[in-house]
Amino acid sequence: MIRIDSVTKRYPDGTVAVDRLSLDIPDRSITVLVGPSGCGKTTTLRMINRMVEPSEGAILIDGVDSRQQPVNTLRRGMGYVIQNAGLFQHRTIVDNIATVPRMLGWSKDKARARARELMERVGLDASFAKRYPYQLSGGQQQRVGVARALAADPPVLLMDEPFSAVDPVVRKGLQDELLRIQAELGKTIVFVTHDIDEAVKLGTMVAVLRTGGRLAQFAPPAELLSDPADAFVEDFLGADRGIRRLSFFSSAGLELLTAPVVAIDATAEQIAARGAAESPYVLVTGLDGRPLGWSEPDRLTAGQIDVGRLLACGRPFVAGQDSLRAALDCAVLSPTGWAVAVDHEGRAAGVVSQDSIAEAIRGAHAAGREEPKTIKAGARKVIR
Amino acid sequence: MNVLNFVSAFFSDSAHWHGYDGIPTRLWEHVQYSLEALALAAAIGLPVGLVTGHYGRGGNVLSLFATAARALPTFGLLVVTTIVLGFGMLPVMIPLVILAVPPILVTTYEAVRSVDPSPVDAARGMGMREADVLLRVELPVALPLIFGGLRSAAIQIVSTATIAAYVSLGGLGRYIVDGLYQHDYEKVVGGAALVAGLALVTLALFWAAAKAAVSPGVRRST
Ligand SMILES: Nc1ncnc2c1ncn2[C@@H]1O[C@H](COP(=O)(O)OP(=O)(O)OP(=O)(O)O)[C@@H](O)[C@H]1O
Ligand SMILES: [Mg+2]
Repeated sequence: MIRIDSVTKRYPDGTVAVDRLSLDIPDRSITVLVGPSGCGKTTTLRMINRMVEPSEGAILIDGVDSRQQPVNTLRRGMGYVIQNAGLFQHRTIVDNIATVPRMLGWSKDKARARARELMERVGLDASFAKRYPYQLSGGQQQRVGVARALAADPPVLLMDEPFSAVDPVVRKGLQDELLRIQAELGKTIVFVTHDIDEAVKLGTMVAVLRTGGRLAQFAPPAELLSDPADAFVEDFLGADRGIRRLSFFSSAGLELLTAPVVAIDATAEQIAARGAAESPYVLVTGLDGRPLGWSEPDRLTAGQIDVGRLLACGRPFVAGQDSLRAALDCAVLSPTGWAVAVDHEGRAAGVVSQDSIAEAIRGAHAAGREEPKTIKAGARKVIR
Repeated sequence: MNVLNFVSAFFSDSAHWHGYDGIPTRLWEHVQYSLEALALAAAIGLPVGLVTGHYGRGGNVLSLFATAARALPTFGLLVVTTIVLGFGMLPVMIPLVILAVPPILVTTYEAVRSVDPSPVDAARGMGMREADVLLRVELPVALPLIFGGLRSAAIQIVSTATIAAYVSLGGLGRYIVDGLYQHDYEKVVGGAALVAGLALVTLALFWAAAKAAVSPGVRRST
């Protein structure tokens, strides 16, 4: 475990970038440092690998002061990923990734074989191996940066706004990839961002820093959203904190109605029966069970349902897997105000109204309030 | 008679092609002086430029020194060194080296200093030793500019090495000095043409060397 113990950083010009910061960074999880620009995130991260030396306090790694070992030994045990990837433009992709293994004395062949393995792990096509960095897009370069940091299999990964220079679609891909890699490899990741959405998505624990380098709150993202420590954190979380919080509630508890669902080959009696159900609309599915669209029941004629005249049903949510946020989003976007739930194969599992989603949200909030466990600034709690 | 006639007359005279005053001998002498001066200047300029560029300090002192060195008239310097040291190789080498160090030193310093800081930061962050950061991360990227500095130093040396002849040494300057003395303009123009040709060959050699030494991943800035 990395323990930041009452660390202060005062730069030579007198700027206090970090002020008596204490954090316990749990092993094998993603700890996100988030906060407004200039609040000392980068400084904190760089003190962990001693790119910046603390003015006061200590950083302990598994209980040992990080100054006990030679600085380069320390750094070789921590992958480091920076904003613009910082690739070596004179080296091919495979040799960029092989850098640290080569520094550790691996043979060229072994280091390159390892590099190719990592390219696959971070989702880079093997055909990129012999290219140079300028021949890659920003997102691809960032994947190389991650692969290079992972090459010698360090237990710790330090990442400073690694995805902030790529467009939102690529960023989402990189974030999902990081979560997958983390699940597979179980690294201890310290991740800096100024994007609260990214923090909430990636963080097992999120540390919110305020300007002047003081800790405002250290908590799992769901708690951050439900119980912000003070007005600063609440403000930083933004106006849609309530909606965002719904991502942490499962859609599993939603009551799905199956009555208003008819297959495209339904008989007149079936349509009539469905039409009498609780919903003013029926959902028409194909023979394979996939949703095709909405219709009012009396506009449907048995045996000659015209798919082109159905109301589009939009993107459905996966029942039980997606969050209440996804379910609510589907309902809000649906022309009928009803969300379509599907199973993992994409077959319609039922429909649910905005009202019953709202009901589920109230229920989830009530359940969440029973166990407030926010870690306030200064307090310390170890999560394993 | 025009210049081209002088040139063709000079090169077609078979007397100019052998003996201690023949073209091969003089050319070889000139190449030797130039190489020697370039090697000395590089031995001073490259390490100092690399190290100061790496640490980003001493830029002001460097440019002051470079400006001062450029202001020294090479020929005047030759007179002084010859008076002080007598005839020989050393008094010729000193002005040539002083001529060549500033372009090497200043471009090397600038080349290293202008390397993108993020790969350097990444290299340090992964635990690379400081010497390796300089030699394996900064140098390969700075190489095209460094070659540019070496190239202009080499061209200046090749054209200025003619001064060796003023103090009784050989080289292509011999033709120019002797020709002027003997009012043999054929010789003067022939010698000048040889110097110009050698400068062009130098350019081509540096172009080829840079092409071979610089990684294709480094986009050339010259
Ligand atoms: N080398 C330095 N010398 C003096 N002050 C510095 C230095 N580096 C950073 N600072 C100052 O320390 C404070 C914290 O900087 P830091 O880079 O850690 O912020 P940050 O949270 O990473 O910001 P951003 O989100 O903009 O990257 C800032 O006020 C900054 O101006
Ligand atoms: Mg920063």
